[in-house]
Amino acid sequence: MDISQSSQRILSSLLEARTGQQITFSRRWRIDSALTSIMREREFDSIDQLVARLVSGRDPALTEAVIEALLNNETYFFRDKLPFDLLFGGPIRRLELARSRERRLAIWCAGCSTGQEVYSLAMNFLDEKTRWQGWKIEIVGSDLSRRAIERARGGVYSQFEVQRGLPVMQMIRYFEEVGGREWKVAPALRQAVRFEQASISDPPPRPGRFDIVLCRNVLLYFTTEMRRLAFTRLAQAIAPDGSLMLGAGETVIGQTDRFVSDPENRGLYIPVSAGGAQAVRVA
Amino acid sequence: MRSCLVVDDSKVIRKVARHILETLNFSVEEAEDGREALDRCDASMPDVILLDWNMPVMSGMEFLRALRGSERSEQPKVVFCTTENDIAHIRAAIAAGADEYVMKPFDRETLQSKLQIVGVA
Ligand SMILES: C[S@@+](CC[C@H](N)C(=O)[O-])C[C@H]1O[C@@H](n2cnc3c(N)ncnc32)[C@H](O)[C@@H]1O
Repeated sequence: MDISQSSQRILSSLLEARTGQQITFSRRWRIDSALTSIMREREFDSIDQLVARLVSGRDPALTEAVIEALLNNETYFFRDKLPFDLLFGGPIRRLELARSRERRLAIWCAGCSTGQEVYSLAMNFLDEKTRWQGWKIEIVGSDLSRRAIERARGGVYSQFEVQRGLPVMQMIRYFEEVGGREWKVAPALRQAVRFEQASISDPPPRPGRFDIVLCRNVLLYFTTEMRRLAFTRLAQAIAPDGSLMLGAGETVIGQTDRFVSDPENRGLYIPVSAGGAQAVRVA
Repeated sequence: MRSCLVVDDSKVIRKVARHILETLNFSVEEAEDGREALDRCDASMPDVILLDWNMPVMSGMEFLRALRGSERSEQPKVVFCTTENDIAHIRAAIAAGADEYVMKPFDRETLQSKLQIVGVA
């Protein structure tokens, strides 16, 4: 389907204004396929017609539906696998000692989409019940997308989704079959996590300070300005001895001076304390 | 290069699996049923076996029991790959010695993630 230049521009600036995400040139073709079901539902004949309705400003529900459709919600359990091994081998082991007195850990997945990342972390903790006995472990996921957060809270996954990345032992331990083709998160796992609808540009969710922050495959398409704001938010939310994990192929280098690479754990980042930054500057 | 034996009575499934596995850099052998699969294993033990459940001559379950019960010192990883998609079948497969379980239909990412989980990809 043809989309006029001006419609493309309107759609990308709408997305950018509401989410901080840019539609890069290479992703432009997706506009078309992303909007097909809305077009059908609302009986628009062309994208230009849909855009005309959007700019009329009289249809907030349409605006929300369009933004939801343009967001990339791709995710799966234990995505990329290695980062989870790294997290549990490195920082979580270290924090287990560092927090052995208060016995509290807080983890935030910023941009958690439909919840798989959050449940993956929680399963790994539940797998080691005795080790974490007496600990209060808060695992919070947030995402801008209302639809994604609703799905995360519901915890129901298709057969296709449930087996992608998820070891079968954890699947049978933490999921229940519902209605033949779907799998629902078991109560023990559901109770171990919390989800909130929020943008990364909003203040962080409760408890506000996190030992580990994951922000994977979210910053990729942010505008420079939004990325800077996101790093500021992430830095405010992270404990001074906490760790930040980004997606494979994402980095803080050249993006922010609030985080530096963790010399002990490749692919992880540690916050630069105000004092530390000063010392670096003086040196 | 890792080797994979695809055991399935459907030619189409074998072809699809072969295609995916080859893009993941596996050398691929095929067998139409459990009996043929045992022969293949005797000739050369693969690193991993992708195993259907319902097959003529010898089912996937019978094959797995024979394989795990045998004196063979080399034991490959076994990933069931079947339309038997309920929890009872999954539990039975694990009890019999399967390492992973793929519910059909599957795609490249799913298969790849399961092969990673069993440590061959
Ligand atoms: C590709 S998914 C990544 C999900 C998961 N972190 C992973 O790596 O598998 C990106 C998510 O970021 C969310 N997102 C985009 N812009 C956002 C923003 N400004 N604030 C919060 N979430 C945002 C999208 O809704 C989407 O669910």
